[in-house]
Amino acid sequence: MLLQARRSFRSLLPLMGLLLCLAGAAGATTEVHEEAAAEDAHALPAIMPLTVVKSDSTADHSKFKELKHAFDSGPEVTKACLSCHTEAGKHVMATKHWTWEFKNPKTGQTLGKKHLVNTFCTNARGNEGMCAQCHVGYGWKDESFDFSKEENIDCLVCHDRTGTYYKTPNSAGNKACAVMFEGKKAIDWQHVAQNVGLPGRENCGACHFYGGGGDGVKHGDLDSSLRLPKKALDVHMDAEGLNFACTECHKSDKHDIAGSRYDMQAKDTAGTGKPGEQRHAASCESCHGNGPHDMDLTGLKLNDHVAKVACQTCHIPSFARGGVATKTSWDWRTAGKTKNGEGYKEHGYIQGNGEDRAVYKSIKGSFQWGENLTPHYAWFNGVMDYTTIDSKFDPAKGPVEVNRLVGEPGAADARIWPFKRMQTVQPYDKGNNTLVYMHLWGEDDNSYWGNYDFGRAIRTGMEKNNLPYSGEYGFVETYSYWPITHMVAPKHDAVRCAECHSKDGRLEGIGGVYLPGRDSGNLLDVLGISLVMLTFLGVLGHAFIRVCCNKAKRGHA
Amino acid sequence: MTMRTVMVYKRFERIWHWCQMALIMTLLVSGFAVRGIHHLVDFRSAVSVHTLAALCLMVLWLFATFWLFTTGDWRHYLPKREGLLQVARYYAWGIFRGEEHPYHKLFWRKHNPLQALAYMLLKVVLFPAIWITGIPYLLYNVWREQAPGWLEPVVWIHVGAAYAILAFVIVHVYLLTTGHSFVAHVKPMVTGYDEVDLTPAEEAYLQESRIVPMK
Repeated sequence: MLLQARRSFRSLLPLMGLLLCLAGAAGATTEVHEEAAAEDAHALPAIMPLTVVKSDSTADHSKFKELKHAFDSGPEVTKACLSCHTEAGKHVMATKHWTWEFKNPKTGQTLGKKHLVNTFCTNARGNEGMCAQCHVGYGWKDESFDFSKEENIDCLVCHDRTGTYYKTPNSAGNKACAVMFEGKKAIDWQHVAQNVGLPGRENCGACHFYGGGGDGVKHGDLDSSLRLPKKALDVHMDAEGLNFACTECHKSDKHDIAGSRYDMQAKDTAGTGKPGEQRHAASCESCHGNGPHDMDLTGLKLNDHVAKVACQTCHIPSFARGGVATKTSWDWRTAGKTKNGEGYKEHGYIQGNGEDRAVYKSIKGSFQWGENLTPHYAWFNGVMDYTTIDSKFDPAKGPVEVNRLVGEPGAADARIWPFKRMQTVQPYDKGNNTLVYMHLWGEDDNSYWGNYDFGRAIRTGMEKNNLPYSGEYGFVETYSYWPITHMVAPKHDAVRCAECHSKDGRLEGIGGVYLPGRDSGNLLDVLGISLVMLTFLGVLGHAFIRVCCNKAKRGHA
Repeated sequence: MTMRTVMVYKRFERIWHWCQMALIMTLLVSGFAVRGIHHLVDFRSAVSVHTLAALCLMVLWLFATFWLFTTGDWRHYLPKREGLLQVARYYAWGIFRGEEHPYHKLFWRKHNPLQALAYMLLKVVLFPAIWITGIPYLLYNVWREQAPGWLEPVVWIHVGAAYAILAFVIVHVYLLTTGHSFVAHVKPMVTGYDEVDLTPAEEAYLQESRIVPMK
């Protein structure tokens, strides 16, 4: 009820002149609700206030007879959804949200959460009981999950508009971890089913804000501060301004959502497309075109940058700006310490919004956090070359790039992009020089989150997937790169010209381009300044001799 | 031959000279700021000012070129060997001994031979080097894909020419201090009038025709 009151209050905002007294009453309930939200800050995000999603729907789901009865489970709701949306199941099943798999046509690599090793909890594979909370399905906890059953699709995680739907791990896990998810109010399936709609930021955010194991941990430009951001944090999602839902840019076609990190469009030359066309693209250019700045003297020069510099490079001056920190480094080597035989965590980083973040957890190791971070810049053509579970590397050759950015400096298909660079020290197979799958989550004795034994967790993780394991593990430093593309600042906060066009500026060390203001001080300037100095000295000498001779002459006279 | 005070720098020429002076100084300051040699102006303003001043200067040069060729004044800049060595010798030697300048301004030849040679080189070498590279530099994005490696040479010539122009400015200003006085040198470019050695025929013609003001 409270939530509904709040929603209707928000939808009335443009008509504030009307019903002032009612608005006052609604305002009172809002305050109560916000206090509750603050108390529940550590609980699942769905408790927080909802965003308002624009909709031109011709249907009110609460009037559908298919939804006017009790449901006992998610799959039952899904069956009801599919009885009208007959093709939606097939569509969803073809997407990465369902398959967790992506074959990159450019590199031939098989990517996706089903396969990749990352630099956070390292692998979802084999840990689906926990990780598949963020799968758009019901109950993926091991190999037995049936990917062909349409009722296994979770429609609600994206389409719930009550804010009361939530997901928990698909298996119990070790008791040390399971306590996190206790004490939740049961889901009122009928209520949720009758209140479906287009996804709001909190729907996408329920997973994408929390990647890597917590709020803002993974991306740096995606965290819970984007639920109701101010304009200074994000011009597009500004809750009191444009208030874009994610899908405003991430257009979908048959449930396939544009803008995947696995196959990025680093340089969109198609721009806004044909008149009236709605392109299946999440690029800035698909709305702003390829010459987005004003056609004045400065604007024309800025438009010239479009060829070599991604929009994000200037328009996202820093990331993790919303008061939520992002993890910048993670050291697995220190994991496994216990106090009285129990795992523990140490606090030590207070982030901008006042919340305390752990700097050590027995189950994960030590972390560093950062906010208002300046991105790492690199040439990028949209392709990432992944170090997958079967890639061999030489650990002596410095940090392993888990997703090496492809793009030649100055190449026509590449642009300079901003990234968050994550630095991790994580386990690897010392004998085979490969990354490893760890068995972290489980009810058995072999799971790391329970026994704190890397050797057994790795052996189990590898054996479950029939992968070779030498039996000896070590730790290797890794880098991963996360394209920064959200938290677009208002234009007056964009990166100033001189922050790149200067020595030791943001783009120091970026090759493949002549950067006025940075690239001086070479032979040309040495010769030029010498010429000017010699001319000046010559003139001074000439004047000096003239003065001396004049004096001498006057002396004679 | 009689010395007369004659209008040698017509109004357009004076406007041209001083506008050009202001624009070149602006371009030098903003250009070296863009290059990163100094930080007196922030990069963004420097780029805008540089572009705007360059466009103005090119328009001015279009007018000046038109003026030079329609009035026939371009002939003043034709280099002549006659008297060149004497002037060079004067600046290298005679000036220290208090000798008189070997050149007398003539009505059809208002610059001394060394001066005419220097101005001509400025007009046919340095200025073209600046604008022939400056325009492609400004329009880099138009041709970048056809000739990707050409930006560097364009930059080198543009910046090199800028240093040479700065050296010219230093010498040009210094030479104003030679002769009678700095003011005496600058004044003709302000009022237009200068002392010129006229033949009786020239004097009579100018007096009679009044095509050029004479005091």
